[in-house]
Amino acid sequence: MRSSGWGWRHAARLAWATRGLDLRIEPGERVLLLGASGAGKSTLLRALAGVLGADEGEQEGSLTVDGEAPAAARGRAGLVLQDPDSQVILARVGDDVAFGCENLGVPREQIWPRVSEALEAVGLDVALDRSTSALSGGQRQRLALAGVLAMRPGLLLLDEPTANLDPAGVVEVRDAVARVLETTGATLVVVEHRVATWLPIVDRVVVLAPEGVVADGSPDAVLGRRGAELAAQGIWVPGHPPARPARLPQPGEPLLEARELVVGREKVPVNGGIDVTARASQLLAVTGPNGVGKSTLGLTLAGLLPPVGGELRATDVLAAGAGPSPHRWRSRELLTRIGTVFQDPEHQFLARTVREELEIGPHALKAPRPELVDELLERLRLTRLAKANPFTLSGGEQRRLSVATALATRPRLLVLDEPTFGQDAVTWAELVALVAELLAEGTGIVAATHDAEFVDALAGARLELS
Amino acid sequence: MNPVAKLAAAAVLAVCLVLTIDPVSAGVALVLELALFPLLGIPWTTFWRRTLPVWIAAPLTALTIALYGRTSGTVYVEFLFVRISDGSLDFALATLLRVLAIALPAVVLFATIDPTDLADGLAQLLRLPPRFVLGALAGVRLMGLAMDDWRSVALARRARGVADRGVIRRFFGQAFTLLVLSLRRASTLATAMEARGFGAPGPRTWARESRWGTREWLLVLVGAAVGGIALVAAVLTGNWRPLIG
Repeated sequence: MRSSGWGWRHAARLAWATRGLDLRIEPGERVLLLGASGAGKSTLLRALAGVLGADEGEQEGSLTVDGEAPAAARGRAGLVLQDPDSQVILARVGDDVAFGCENLGVPREQIWPRVSEALEAVGLDVALDRSTSALSGGQRQRLALAGVLAMRPGLLLLDEPTANLDPAGVVEVRDAVARVLETTGATLVVVEHRVATWLPIVDRVVVLAPEGVVADGSPDAVLGRRGAELAAQGIWVPGHPPARPARLPQPGEPLLEARELVVGREKVPVNGGIDVTARASQLLAVTGPNGVGKSTLGLTLAGLLPPVGGELRATDVLAAGAGPSPHRWRSRELLTRIGTVFQDPEHQFLARTVREELEIGPHALKAPRPELVDELLERLRLTRLAKANPFTLSGGEQRRLSVATALATRPRLLVLDEPTFGQDAVTWAELVALVAELLAEGTGIVAATHDAEFVDALAGARLELS
Repeated sequence: MNPVAKLAAAAVLAVCLVLTIDPVSAGVALVLELALFPLLGIPWTTFWRRTLPVWIAAPLTALTIALYGRTSGTVYVEFLFVRISDGSLDFALATLLRVLAIALPAVVLFATIDPTDLADGLAQLLRLPPRFVLGALAGVRLMGLAMDDWRSVALARRARGVADRGVIRRFFGQAFTLLVLSLRRASTLATAMEARGFGAPGPRTWARESRWGTREWLLVLVGAAVGGIALVAAVLTGNWRPLIG
């Protein structure tokens, strides 16, 4: 792969996503591509995969894969994206892997051997007619990888392939990639914030900025020389951990008590026999493997799902006259009592601008508090974005906004579902600092999370589901 | 059984039954169908569950026609716009039987269709453009994700304090959020499909062959036979009432 003076500007944007890019990657190299968000990493990967259409923006300079324009060399480069949900294309495992081969016009008798080979390479040992929706996140990402491999690409492009996975899924996918590179000798370009995941298998690190390549070399050299700078840009560099709070406050009075609680959705139990107490000034960390019911428990404690069995009781301190069962409270009564931050911030956005989004809670309480909204905008560094549409924000900005919306009505208890999923190190440190402040102010917090560092930094009580 | 054959059989039958509006042809077709359904091997509980909407919709349609249909013969009841007569009752019966005779086999045949097999058949046998067929197929899969999104959005709105408002306002608000989320997913999916060479120039191959054999011809033939016998019965008993002309 070779680029000289390459640049790309998305349609309807004034600024170039990336410009003046001179980069050369030889066959068989394994490159980790780093850079602050907005440095054009994803744009470069999509361009290499040949999926940036001429109608989607404007190009300058030249970019070639195997000496050809990427769009003409379809199938030479295979791309795996971040979201495991949106890149499963067909309903059955075998068909999904075969999809790429079909598009490239591979004869039928060659397709099925390729499919089995690709599934074996990524270690996905399931029946070909297995439903793709029955797979876990890590399995789905390996499926996407297999779909790409079946096309026999010379260049493997991975865009944050493990950002949305639990720790077990991360290792699953990373090891599958390592095995594939071992057997095929393909070239790898991977974009990822969590450097440590990929360090064992890459041999070159390239740091990208909007003005082009700013660092390039062996992992040790680049991370050694620029580690601190990269960490400040939000990249997780080993040896440069994000800041943590010095100490946590003493736990306060109980807010919510669960006894023999059974949680589930639509009356189908997911987990049961849960005894736990959420207290003021304490973070209760709910951990456990995927599918064990962490989110379901979080949503039940938040008064959004009714308990399937057992008892869940809000103490008088939390209920403040609204009755002991949170799921029977009116939507408006929840606001000042329990705030919830969903895993996907986009699920909870309702307004056209960031400011309006923050005003919804206070407005529903018929207690507009413009000064509180201003304070939250300032505190979560959203003032500059007050007029922006919530859906157009970056991942980190959306996360900060979704937390701010819950804080706008000052709930006594805050329930967070995977608050640090897919976040860069800067946003992570901000969230940790904010949570520590809330705890000091007396807010109780329940967090369903996979993030061991987050739990380490903040948890005063832990509940491990199994 | 190839899904295209099921589609064709149901279509042939439907075309026959809309040529005439009379109780005899629809009744004959319905009796033949009910005799044939057990051969498809669908458990009765499944049959009733799948076809329940038809059993509810058909009488409602008939009732409407009985009350408001074209008047002829003796008039039994008259109240405002309602006028029940010999003509409207006769027409209502014909419609009831016709809706059942067309919708029941359609539901029963379609219920067992796998979308992926149907897409294979449509593209390979009927030569519909692959872009269109596969795009639609991928869309069907997104529907499942949309259902999950819908539930999450509903919970999120309760958490945001806006779920006490009226049902209708809530529905439209939620629908809008869902639309935005779906567009977002669809564009990621489109990128993933393109990255796997979807829309690449040159011919596309198909990993699985969509077969058409004797069984498929037989099913279409059965559909045509049921329709044909029904029409002949109507003509022989003097009940042939063409819809057009």
